[in-house]
Amino acid sequence: MNYHWDWTIFWDPSPDGVHTYLQTLLLGAIWTLTTAGCAWIIALVLGSLVGVLRTTPFPWVVRLGNAYVELFRNIPLLVQMFLWYFVLPEIVPRGFGNWLKQLPNASFYTAVVALGLYMSARVAEQVRAGTLSLPRGQRLAGLALGLTLPQTYAYVLLPMTFRIILPPLTSELLNTIKNSAVALTIGLMELTARARAMQEFSFQVFEAFTAATFIYILINIVVTFAMRLIEHHVAVPGYLGLKRPAAGH
Amino acid sequence: MFANFDFDVILRSLPYLFYQGMTFTLLLTTLATLGGILVGTLLALMRLSGIPFLAIPAAAYVNLMRSVPFVLMIFWFYFLVPYIGQWVTRSAQPLQVGAFASCLVTFTLFEAAFFCEIMRAGIQSIPRGQVAAAQALGMTYPTTMGYIVLPQAFRNMVPVLLTQTIVLFQDTSLVYVISVTDFLGAASKIAERDGRLVEMYTFAACIYFIISLMASRAVQQMQQRIAIIR
Repeated sequence: MNYHWDWTIFWDPSPDGVHTYLQTLLLGAIWTLTTAGCAWIIALVLGSLVGVLRTTPFPWVVRLGNAYVELFRNIPLLVQMFLWYFVLPEIVPRGFGNWLKQLPNASFYTAVVALGLYMSARVAEQVRAGTLSLPRGQRLAGLALGLTLPQTYAYVLLPMTFRIILPPLTSELLNTIKNSAVALTIGLMELTARARAMQEFSFQVFEAFTAATFIYILINIVVTFAMRLIEHHVAVPGYLGLKRPAAGH
Repeated sequence: MFANFDFDVILRSLPYLFYQGMTFTLLLTTLATLGGILVGTLLALMRLSGIPFLAIPAAAYVNLMRSVPFVLMIFWFYFLVPYIGQWVTRSAQPLQVGAFASCLVTFTLFEAAFFCEIMRAGIQSIPRGQVAAAQALGMTYPTTMGYIVLPQAFRNMVPVLLTQTIVLFQDTSLVYVISVTDFLGAASKIAERDGRLVEMYTFAACIYFIISLMASRAVQQMQQRIAIIR
């Protein structure tokens, strides 16, 4: 292989004139984590809401929830990013559209919203599966005690659901971090985009990508380890958790 | 809102979108799925072989692929495949690889990690007694796997494998990052040439949505039809 390796490249100044290449990569990692973190909050809140709606006894609400999930699951994330970034500002009223376009860090906000909604459909799927896996008697018992339906969810069903679905939610969190890389297509300078930029400026292709890969693996290990601790702490005795082979990234 | 929505640009570009773009997307999806299942099954057999020499590299590979973003892996392979080609063919220069071949290698090797996990679950779902029975009958390892375990594992896992194929179909849009003309790439080229981003991206989203939705419905129906009643 006639490739010229040069690992000292990370300490060379990058074209922004302030940071070294290593520092730009670490800044990228911070953007990745910020984007994924904000998107994860949206995904958790909306996903739980939609997931709950899909287990209610009202057929129309269930259908609406199903439609939501199908909509966000069946369009590639990249296309969804483009819809939010390029299409949305054009189809809303002109003033609002211009405001959207001139927003500082527009690609960050777009990435957060697009990624959050995309992942919310997957969280909704987990919440639904978790709630449906509970014995029917729990819901019935809650209602028989005179709790209203929202109270039954809040005090009986959801506390169990979240403890059961924590392991699959961990992998969805990891997916959120990984999927944030797609935001480079709308100009977000997150980790993968910075590695790509470093490759373009320094021509050290494999060093740049190796460093990015290592940072992603490190993030993965830390998140997995932290979630294991929580999972261990909240695991429901006697439940093995939902362990099904699932397709997807 | 849709007052100046130009349907004509969609109509005009239909042949380009489907002949050039969709053909690429569907061909890549099909070949990468077949290759991915093949490599994935081999990886699963390695992981389950109980031989550390085989199991550890396979597990490391799968975990590596599963912990980095697909976009990063596309970049990796985009630059790496010419060097792999050079190494395989022992030529003096990095091999010139076409866009399709590069994408195919990338998708096959990346998705293999996910197919591996599915196949591993499928193989593990076969009762131990069947393997024991096969061995008691004097079957060798290849015979046991080929005639007893894998056919059943495949059958159990067909719905999940197909769902993963739909995911793969959606993932093919990511070749946009290396400027390959798949369906989305074709749509975005027209969009930028004619300044019709709204029309082209909305149309692309609709097509992806329709295909994925129909495919997942078909998988659901098939799942009910072929499910083994126990």
